[in-house]
Amino acid sequence: MTCDEARILVHALADGELDAGHAREVEAHVAQCDACAAEFAAAREMKQALRAAPLKFAVPASLATRIDRVVPTRASATNRRALLKGFALGGVASALAAASVTFVVLRESHDDRILGEAISAHLRSLQADHLTDVLSTDQHTVKPWFNGRIDLAPPVIDLTAQGFTLIGGRLDYIDGKPAAVLVYRRRIHVINLFVAQGLGPAPATPSLEVVQGFNILRWNEGGLNLLAVSDLNREELEEFGAKFTAAARAAAQS
Amino acid sequence: MTAHQRTAFSGGGASPRAAVRAQEIRGVSFPAEDERGRAQRFREAALPHLGDVYTLARYLLRNPADAEDAAQECYLRAFRHFDTFRGGPIKPWLLAILRNVCRAEYARRGTLAAVQADGMDAAADEVAESLWGEASPSPEAVSLSRFDAETVQRLIAQLPDTFREVLVLREINDLSYRDIAEVTGAPVGTVMSRLARARGLLRDAWLAEEKGS
Repeated sequence: MTCDEARILVHALADGELDAGHAREVEAHVAQCDACAAEFAAAREMKQALRAAPLKFAVPASLATRIDRVVPTRASATNRRALLKGFALGGVASALAAASVTFVVLRESHDDRILGEAISAHLRSLQADHLTDVLSTDQHTVKPWFNGRIDLAPPVIDLTAQGFTLIGGRLDYIDGKPAAVLVYRRRIHVINLFVAQGLGPAPATPSLEVVQGFNILRWNEGGLNLLAVSDLNREELEEFGAKFTAAARAAAQS
Repeated sequence: MTAHQRTAFSGGGASPRAAVRAQEIRGVSFPAEDERGRAQRFREAALPHLGDVYTLARYLLRNPADAEDAAQECYLRAFRHFDTFRGGPIKPWLLAILRNVCRAEYARRGTLAAVQADGMDAAADEVAESLWGEASPSPEAVSLSRFDAETVQRLIAQLPDTFREVLVLREINDLSYRDIAEVTGAPVGTVMSRLARARGLLRDAWLAEEKGS
């Protein structure tokens, strides 16, 4: 290692940015080079001197207010005032208004939890090498596997011909309730399709939301709540939902 | 697919305008609630870093009023583009947006000032390059005296833009080299050499301040 290199690398060493191998090399150089040792000492001293003083600037209250104006708060002041006014007026209308506000707030947080858990389950399935409990592209193998494991019969549809390959099934939990999960693949994208009951008030028509960068498609079919999570783009995820539903209906009628 | 299902799956936000919107729910009629939820998620993720954003703005723009404007603009843009944020730590993403806002502000401050600043930086870069090529004297073994925060802030503010930026991102915003590279759009090797140079320049200014005071 030349001194020119070491002069810069001692800063990375002082910052704890070097891997073990490079750190050893730089330390070895510093041990036998006075100039680079001085540079290393100066870097560490500067870091210490900067740490000694509080160098951040305090956020002015006026800035916090301005940002609240740009990014609305959940319970903004006007909403709260409107609600209080409703109570003050009394009567059935305000009671109804208050009840609906409570309902909305509860529903929202419940919904957030379900979406959050669906995404966690999706991420877990990708990370922990636990994508499937039953690994099969055959719907007649996957469907019976759920018997006795969950008190519902998920529609298991092979969509390989439509470009969505069934790769297996899994049992998972959303909101403390068991959910049958059907796992599909589109190119390199994995789709986890959760089939359960009581997954919140899923919309009458399919709805697509983006949470943490994932697309989530929710709909109801045959009395079951369906929720598909994927990093697939929204158009293709909607295509998946449409094809799955069409095939499920066809299968139910035959 | 039957006509009925096609309608069901293409309902709602298929119009071009809806597609551009930062976030949407298709086919259901609760957009206002979801907007609130989205704002809430953004606030929870981004607001804890307001101190870092404002601090970097102060160092980059060297002026409280401009820094406040820049921080507000940064949060406005970040909120608008929250959907393009692909997870991971949000701080580097916010600081990158802030840096762009500040660069626009440099441009707005007038061509003359910008040219002067650029010229200064180019000169500083040249000095840095040439110094690394030669055997520059190693730092003398003197210990730095402690200054109050205001003095240190002033010394940092006097560093040329290129070096001030990496020093603040590292020592005050506490970013890793990789994150600094992402924020500044420079390779990690460049970040490293700029940081080394920034510390050298700050040390020189520090020692000069000691002599002067």
